[in-house]
Amino acid sequence: MDVFLQTIVAGVLKGGLYALIGIGMTLIMGVMGIINLAHGQLMMLAMYVTFVLNTMGVDPYIALFVAMPLLFLLGVAIQKYLLNPLIKADTILPENQVLMTVGIGMVLTEIVRFIFTSDYKSVTTGYSDRTFFLGNISFSVALTIAFVIALAFTGVMFWFLLKTDLGRSIRATAQDKDAATLMGVNTGRITVITFGLGAGLVAAAGALLAPVYYVFPDLGGPFTAKAFIITILGGLGSTVGAIFGGVTLGLAESLGATYFGMEYEDIVGLTIFILVLLFLPGGFKRLTKV
Amino acid sequence: MPRAVKRNFLPLVFLGVVLAMPLVMRDDYYLHLMILFLMWVVIGSAWNLIAGYTGQVSFGDAAFFGCGAYTAGLLSHHLGISPWWGLALGGFVAAAVGLPFGWICFRMRGAYFALATLALNEVLRQGATIAENFTGGMVGILIMPSFTSKMPYYYIALAMAVASIASLRWVVHSKPGYYFVSIREDQDAAESLGINTHLYKMLSLAYAAFWTGIAGALYMNYMGFIDPHVVFSLHDISIMAILVGIVGGVGTVYGPAVGAFLMVTVQEMFRSGFFGLFQWLGAVSGSESLAKVAVVLTQAHVLGFGILVVVVILVLPNGIVGDWPKIRKRVFRLDAGN
Repeated sequence: MDVFLQTIVAGVLKGGLYALIGIGMTLIMGVMGIINLAHGQLMMLAMYVTFVLNTMGVDPYIALFVAMPLLFLLGVAIQKYLLNPLIKADTILPENQVLMTVGIGMVLTEIVRFIFTSDYKSVTTGYSDRTFFLGNISFSVALTIAFVIALAFTGVMFWFLLKTDLGRSIRATAQDKDAATLMGVNTGRITVITFGLGAGLVAAAGALLAPVYYVFPDLGGPFTAKAFIITILGGLGSTVGAIFGGVTLGLAESLGATYFGMEYEDIVGLTIFILVLLFLPGGFKRLTKV
Repeated sequence: MPRAVKRNFLPLVFLGVVLAMPLVMRDDYYLHLMILFLMWVVIGSAWNLIAGYTGQVSFGDAAFFGCGAYTAGLLSHHLGISPWWGLALGGFVAAAVGLPFGWICFRMRGAYFALATLALNEVLRQGATIAENFTGGMVGILIMPSFTSKMPYYYIALAMAVASIASLRWVVHSKPGYYFVSIREDQDAAESLGINTHLYKMLSLAYAAFWTGIAGALYMNYMGFIDPHVVFSLHDISIMAILVGIVGGVGTVYGPAVGAFLMVTVQEMFRSGFFGLFQWLGAVSGSESLAKVAVVLTQAHVLGFGILVVVVILVLPNGIVGDWPKIRKRVFRLDAGN
C-alpha cells in the first residue's frame, strides 16, 4: 500500500509540472490552431537559462523570474517574425506553420548544443535531493515546491483568462477568430501575446524542473512529445483539460515505472495517447465540456 | 515521338547524365552521395504524393522506412535468405502497417493526422528497441553487403528512383490522382461529390508507405547495418523527407528530385566542411582560424539544416520547382540591375 501511495504522490507532483507545460501548449493550440512542435525546445532553453544563472549562484526559483520574461520575449519574436508572415503566404500546404516550429526547434537545440556541447549538466541546489516525510510517504522538497508554484501559476493563469480584458480577448480569438476581429479585437496582436505566454509558462516549468532533472540539448524532443500527449489527453485548446492531462500523464508514467519497469515509462504515455485518440477523441474536454 | 521527347527534354537529359555518371566518375565517395540522393528521390516522391498531392502531411515517414529496412534485415537474420528479398517484400510490409494505421487515423485531419504519424513512428521505434529477441534491440542488425563495388547499388537505386518518379507521374495524372488533389483542396467538397475520401486517403498512404518501405530495404542492403535509432529517426528520416519535399516543391512531380539533390548536397557540405574547402584553405594559408571554421562547420550541420527549413518556408513556401516563376523573375531583375 505504501508503494502504491508513494507512486501516486510522485505522479501527482510530476503531473503539476506537466500541467504547466500542457497549458502553454494548449493556449497556443487554441488561439492559433497550430501545434507548437518547438515547445519542449523552449523549455530546454529555459532550463539552460536557469543553469547559467545557477553557475553564477542564483537560486533556480529566482532564475525562474528571469527565464520567464526572456522566453516570453523570444516567443513574441518567433510569432511575430517567423509564424505570422506565413499566414499571408500563398501556399498549398496549410501545415507550413507546424513545419516552421519544427525548424525553430531544430535551430534552438543545435544552437544550445553549439554553445554548451551535448554533455549532461545538472543544476545543483541544497534541496535537490532532500526529502521530507508525511507518514511513510516521502516527498521530494524540490518537486513539492515546484508543484506548489505550478499550482499558483495555473491559478493566476485562470484568473487572467477569465477576468482580465486581455484574457477575454484571447478566449474570444480562440473561439472564433473572425468574430473576434469584428468585435474589435486585434487578433494579430493576440496571437503574438499568446505565443509569448505559452513560451513563458513552459519556461516556468523548465526552471522548476531544472533542479530535479538533467539539462541537455536533446531534452526538447521528448518534452514536446509529452506536451503534445497532455494536450491530446485534455482536449485541444482546453485549459482545464491540460491540467487533467498533465496529472494523468504524470500518474500513468509513475505507475508504469513502478509496476512494469523503468523502460516502459515512455511507452505508457504513448499507449494512453493512442487509446484516448481511439476511444475518446477530443480528450477529457468531451467529458467535462469545459 | 518527337513531341514526347521535347516535352520531357530536361528530365531526359538529366537521366542520361545520371546513367553515364558512374562510367566517368569512379570515385566511391561521390557514388555514395549519388546513391543517397537517389534513395531520397524515392522517399521524397512518396512523401510528396501523400502530403503534396493528397494534403495529408506525414511526420512519420521513418516508420515506413524502418519497416522496409527491418523486413530486409529480419528476413536475412532469422530465415537466412538473401536480404534482397526485402526489396520485394519491404514495400508490402510497410503498406500493411500503413493501411490499418490509415484506416484508424484518417478520421483525424490536418495537423492531428501529422502528429498521429509521429506517434506511430515513436511506437515502432520503442517497440524495435524493446523486442530484443526479435529485432536485436539497440544492438541492431548487421549483414554482409552483397557487392563490394558501389556500381550495382547505384544502378539499382537509379532504377528505383526512375520507377518511383514515373509511377508518381502516372498516378497524379490518373483518376485517383485528381481525387487526391480534390481531397487536398477541399475534403468536404470532394466528399459531397461522391468521392470516398477515406478510401482514397488510404490508397495514397499505401502508395507512400510502399515506396518508402522499398527505400528502407535498399538502405539495409546498401549500408549493411541498421538499429532502431537509425531507421526510425525523426530528424534524419522523417524531417529529412519533409525537407526534400518542401525544398523541392510540394505537389510537383520533379520537385522531390530537385529537393533531394539539394538536401543531400547541403547535408554533405556541412558534414565535410564544404568538401574540405576550409580545411584546405587553412592548410594552404597556414591560418589556424580557418581550420577551426572547418571543425565548427562540421559540428553545425544540423543547425544549418534547421536554418534552411526556416528560410525556405519563409521565402519559398512552394519550394524551388513550385516557386520557379518567382525565382526566375527575381533573378532576372537582379541581372538587369547589374
